[in-house]
Amino acid sequence: MNTTIRGKAFVLGDNIDTDQIIPAKFLAYNPSDASERKYFGMYAMDGVPAGQSGLPFGDRRFVRPNEFKSDYAIVIGGKNFGCGSSREHAPLAIAEAGATCVVAEFYARIFFRNSINGGYLVPFETTDRLCEEIKTGDELEIDVKTSTLKNLTQKKSYTLKPLGDVTPIIDAGGVFEYAKQSGMMAR
Amino acid sequence: MSGMTITEKIMAKHAGRTRVNPGDNIWVDVDVLMTHDVCGPGTIGIFHKEFGRNAKVWNKEKVVIIPDHYIFTADEKCHRNIQILRDFVREQGLPYYYDPEFVKGSGMPSPYRDPSKTSYKGVCHKTLPEEGHVRPGEILLGTDSHTCTAGAFGQFATGVGNTDAAFTLGTGKTWLKVPPTMKFTFHGKIPAYLTAKDLILAVIGDISVSGATYKTMYFAGEGIGSLTLEDRMTLTNMAIEAGGKNGVCDVDEKTLQYVRARSRVKNWDVLTDDPDAKYCHESEYDLAALEPLVAKPHSPDNKDTAHNCRDVKLDQAYIGSCTGGKITDMIFAANILKGNKVQIPTYVVPGSTEVHQDMKRLNLRGAEKGPNEKSIEDILLDAGCNVGASGCSACLGGPPDTFGRLNKSEVCISTTNRNFPGRMGSMTSAVYLASPLTVAASALRGKITDPREYVSSSIETGTAGVL
Ligand code: SF4
Repeated sequence: MNTTIRGKAFVLGDNIDTDQIIPAKFLAYNPSDASERKYFGMYAMDGVPAGQSGLPFGDRRFVRPNEFKSDYAIVIGGKNFGCGSSREHAPLAIAEAGATCVVAEFYARIFFRNSINGGYLVPFETTDRLCEEIKTGDELEIDVKTSTLKNLTQKKSYTLKPLGDVTPIIDAGGVFEYAKQSGMMAR
Repeated sequence: MSGMTITEKIMAKHAGRTRVNPGDNIWVDVDVLMTHDVCGPGTIGIFHKEFGRNAKVWNKEKVVIIPDHYIFTADEKCHRNIQILRDFVREQGLPYYYDPEFVKGSGMPSPYRDPSKTSYKGVCHKTLPEEGHVRPGEILLGTDSHTCTAGAFGQFATGVGNTDAAFTLGTGKTWLKVPPTMKFTFHGKIPAYLTAKDLILAVIGDISVSGATYKTMYFAGEGIGSLTLEDRMTLTNMAIEAGGKNGVCDVDEKTLQYVRARSRVKNWDVLTDDPDAKYCHESEYDLAALEPLVAKPHSPDNKDTAHNCRDVKLDQAYIGSCTGGKITDMIFAANILKGNKVQIPTYVVPGSTEVHQDMKRLNLRGAEKGPNEKSIEDILLDAGCNVGASGCSACLGGPPDTFGRLNKSEVCISTTNRNFPGRMGSMTSAVYLASPLTVAASALRGKITDPREYVSSSIETGTAGVL
């Protein structure tokens, strides 16, 4: 895993559900098929309502129309990020668009688990209300080892919550790698 | 040392321990793993990639595959996904697969003619107990967030993603963090104008859509005992709408009657909370004091009374899904609709082909209908409802040709479980969640309606949905 994550922030509010992250109409694509998997990147965050996408502006798209990759590397959310459906397509879509990290106040359980077990995203938690401080487009730098986030644009620094119990799985790159490294599964 | 809850006991047993405490990370043996047509292809892809092209699932008897989400659509990828499931079932020799055998080649499949003559079932969470895959004391994982429904049978059931499911397919195991338990006690007996939907909307409205995040929701008290098993499923089904990891109810004679009649395995464990079990939250409800509720757009915790919303004009009503498409939900709706006409388009989607069969077989009291009696389906059709084929249908929007989907800025009242922006289709539509009684009453006026205007005496459901 990279110990430093750097890039532009894409900011969302509270209760971003997985239907917003990847609407149901795109679930017919098979994520295990490489030629279809990239479409999850194209449609990542397609269901975020107008006015709430890319705060504080509200009119920024996470991925530009007809493109597969996002300009943003880090997603900032509020409370209960990733609630609703258990679709693993949600963290997968964010990762497929090129982002590697989400920072939210807390997560819905299944989204958090999927992010880690699938090795898609590093899901940091924060006690600060970052979704009201960071602006979409701000340049951020996260030091994963020390759990610190620097906003290079606003010249501010924050301490995130340590990743805790799940660090070994994140470090391994997902539950399969973890199981292989720890001898639970043959290599 | 304090006592343990049902959930802690189930987890300890499956981890080979005598006790676990909330917060412990443990590896457990899984009893049943379920997947469907939306998450199955991804799960199968990861399984092949990680365990090898010739790998076998850990136990054929413990894997259940139930296509239900995108069945009645002309979308070719949806048909392809069903084919991936079929190929996997053949490759692995899986005995528990419920094929929509009428989905062949291209174009919109024509639904089953007779719901009693198809291998297809419908919504996975309704199918699992019907087909005998649900038992007290077990651990069920499913690649669907509403897998928590099966907690109504006194088991631990929760939703997982594709990677987790693929891991379990190959190893029979998963890691779980032991959740703390929140206890919700219901006093009294369910009144005629309420269903479990009102109870769970009350709870979610009180604790919010994240109030039970990472936690178990335990529904206790004689009020829960007064509910049918199907209605208890409505409660545990929506535990996820409060962020819950699982929902659970005590096992009683009603549970045992159901499981004895259906389970494919003959032994199970009935576990109970110790008197000194620890809870991280306790609250109590008096059923006689609750009113018919709705969750207003766009969140399941946006609670209000049906009465307060009586001026809200509606474009559509929808009765269906794992939450509100069971036979008892149909009986509730039919009792209000009988002899009346709906004023707005009203879509009815049976949760399973068994529900559909029962809609044709049973009368308004949930008993076998006599030769001159109307069936539940007759009553709904006479009232002007459109009755579709079983499955998830418009509950999650789906492809644009989905039955009952909201394709424009429509306002809908629905027995489903989620009213997030765009959940039932168009991003500009708006959904009110309510009980089947409230939805049926509202369909008759074209405005949100308190069902007390129509319900005078209690609605019998007999053994509908059980035997
Ligand atoms: S009926 Fe709706 S909530 Fe239930 S499994 Fe299907 S899509 Fe999900």
